[in-house]
Amino acid sequence: MQKSLHIDANKCTGCLQCEMACSYENYGVFNIAKSRIKIFNFEHAGRMVPYTCTQCAEAWCMNACPVDAIRVDAATGAKVVNEANCVGCKVCTIACPFGTVNYVAETGKVQKCDLCGGDPACATACPTGAITYVDADWTGLDKMRAWAGKTDNATRASA
Amino acid sequence: MAWTRKILRVDLNNGTCKSEPLNMEWAQQYLGQRGLATKYFISEVDPKVDPLSPDNKLIMTTGPLTGTPASTGGRYSVITKGALTGAIACSNSGGYFGAELKFAGWDMIIFEGKSAKPVYLAIENDKAELKDAAHLWGKTVWQTEEIIKKSHQDPQTRVCSIGRAGENGVMYACIVNDLHRAAGRSGVGTVMGSKNLKAVAVRGTQGVSIMKDAKAFMSAATAAKKVLAENAVTGQGLPTYGTQVLMNVINEMGALPTRNHRDSQFEDARKISAEAMIEKRPSDGKSHLVTNAACFGCTIACGRISRIDETHFSVVNKPEYWGASGGLEYEAAWALGAANGVGDLEALQYANLICNEDGFDPISFGATVGAAMELYELGILTEKIIGMEAPFGSAKALCDLAQMTARGEGFGKELGLGSARLCEKYGKPELSMGVKKQEFPAYDSRGIQGMGLAYATSNRGACHLRGYTVASEVLGIPVKTDPLVTEGKADLVKAFQDATAVFDSAGVCIFTTFAWTLADLQPQLAAACEGDWTMEKLAAMGERIWNMERQFNNAAGFTAKDDDLPPRLKTEPVKTGPAKGLVSGIDKMLPEYYQARGWDANGVPSKETLKRLGL
Repeated sequence: MQKSLHIDANKCTGCLQCEMACSYENYGVFNIAKSRIKIFNFEHAGRMVPYTCTQCAEAWCMNACPVDAIRVDAATGAKVVNEANCVGCKVCTIACPFGTVNYVAETGKVQKCDLCGGDPACATACPTGAITYVDADWTGLDKMRAWAGKTDNATRASA
Repeated sequence: MAWTRKILRVDLNNGTCKSEPLNMEWAQQYLGQRGLATKYFISEVDPKVDPLSPDNKLIMTTGPLTGTPASTGGRYSVITKGALTGAIACSNSGGYFGAELKFAGWDMIIFEGKSAKPVYLAIENDKAELKDAAHLWGKTVWQTEEIIKKSHQDPQTRVCSIGRAGENGVMYACIVNDLHRAAGRSGVGTVMGSKNLKAVAVRGTQGVSIMKDAKAFMSAATAAKKVLAENAVTGQGLPTYGTQVLMNVINEMGALPTRNHRDSQFEDARKISAEAMIEKRPSDGKSHLVTNAACFGCTIACGRISRIDETHFSVVNKPEYWGASGGLEYEAAWALGAANGVGDLEALQYANLICNEDGFDPISFGATVGAAMELYELGILTEKIIGMEAPFGSAKALCDLAQMTARGEGFGKELGLGSARLCEKYGKPELSMGVKKQEFPAYDSRGIQGMGLAYATSNRGACHLRGYTVASEVLGIPVKTDPLVTEGKADLVKAFQDATAVFDSAGVCIFTTFAWTLADLQPQLAAACEGDWTMEKLAAMGERIWNMERQFNNAAGFTAKDDDLPPRLKTEPVKTGPAKGLVSGIDKMLPEYYQARGWDANGVPSKETLKRLGL
């Protein structure tokens, strides 16, 4: 089954455990500056929103790359940067409509979410279930369940 | 290792910043944050120093677990000699600032001297410089954060700053970070203001990588998070209701100090409780509470983000306050509410917003208003002096006085003195409800006897966060003790005080201790920190830190006489509820406590005690 990161911003508390887990998984350090997932805190609205790559099917970054450094991981569907090929031209960072591919000055390459090879550290670290890793074809399941729960069965019950 | 092993020393006299190595020998004895920074502080500062003189120093410090994925590992503390108390001060804050400071590569910043003109410290990793703050002086905390982030063109910069309260010498001014988290008590912001230091802006991109055993640390941190998640208080109570979960509980116990401790139950407690915060308001059909929120790394998320009622008298025509913002926490709701007899939730939130916006402690402010209201009812303070009618229960007076205190206007200047100095000035020193000039928090010493002893002996003046025996006496953590008796409280208070000193030195939040004991913290420290961190070593360290702070206070001129409660709590029995008829048994508990501590009758640690602790 293809899986997908699923984000429920209403459950996010802004603790940044996901950012710490991401940097540790990918670089072996605790450093939110190296995280590929970011939490945005809209203070005056009281909203915290995790945001990362959605792994577009027709990925702009992948199509824009002139050196074929972004490829699809067949197992996970993730669009993965091959650092050996990346020349740091940043065209993918311009092409991505969502800003989720970013240049890393230290390495001279770009970085983006690669779903950790199928076991995303951010989802494991999230204490509230705001980030989960679920069936890619059924990311709407929880929302459907919530609405289904509101369906009025009263007529049948009284019949 | 977990320490960055670097201290930033900022000489405000000369405007210089220099890096120096952390004393690793001390780190082995005092761990970090509260313990280690206090060791630095007392080694460098004369205990008799005037807190507001350039010779006082101010230290901002992280712990070894700050900036790690240990749950709640985002804390930082400010250590100085408190403006309000004249005692050792250590104020702890969450938010994101502490972790950012660590990520920039610093364990600690030591500020010394006084700048000739307003400055702020800008840190970007190894680079640190003092910058002109003329354009920031006179600005609120909220404005200061916004201006700095804009001018640095970096929204990821984290800022701590003082508001106008800290500039104007409000004796209980805070240092506020991330808009509404604060190193709140004892006037650490007042000291910062006296140094003409407006703010510290930090951007750190280096992270924490120097761990003794990162893998072992991750598994210890994960196990400890599970303990928090499965605990009723940290897993359910705090995230759902916040600290406000206590309002109705403490009121039922008859231990909710009301109207300057005249009463111990508040008839309107429900109206200002967690339950009230989640009810839909008639005015707009929305609840006061918008969401809960976490500080850096916190898997509890007790923080409250609320939206004030736009139609409330305090904010009509003030849209700048209509957005979501921090509050109310239990302590603020109590101090701004029950302590003054004000049962208007929206008014409390307005006063709380003003406290955050201009950086002053809502506990000390609220309690000082409570004292002023009693002086008003006694006819000692008049409408003419205050500039308004100010009886107990007046939401209007509370809101106006908050604003006046923030701006240093009229009677707000006198409220800025704190209750001890205010009551002294008007000839009624006994009406100040506090210890060592610091106002009590939200638990009545008569209905929760252990807290009376904890307040009396707290090294930073009356405080619930130095020995939170409420955990045991009310919630049964780790074991239930009877709140109405004095027996056993000396040992209980000592145990809480010593353990708390360890948590405060590690970089984690004291709220973890609702679920964690030292045995949950120890494996995380042992995996993160170089050296041999056994339970025995940590326990001894907690006691060492407590005694070190005590020695500073003794040298500063405090004596056993200062370990006392106001006469009201010793002579006026509780009028209603389960504690009815009780007064505080502090006079019985104090000698027992001194004995448990290995101190003489004057509260001075004996030679044997000091030797045992390596002091």
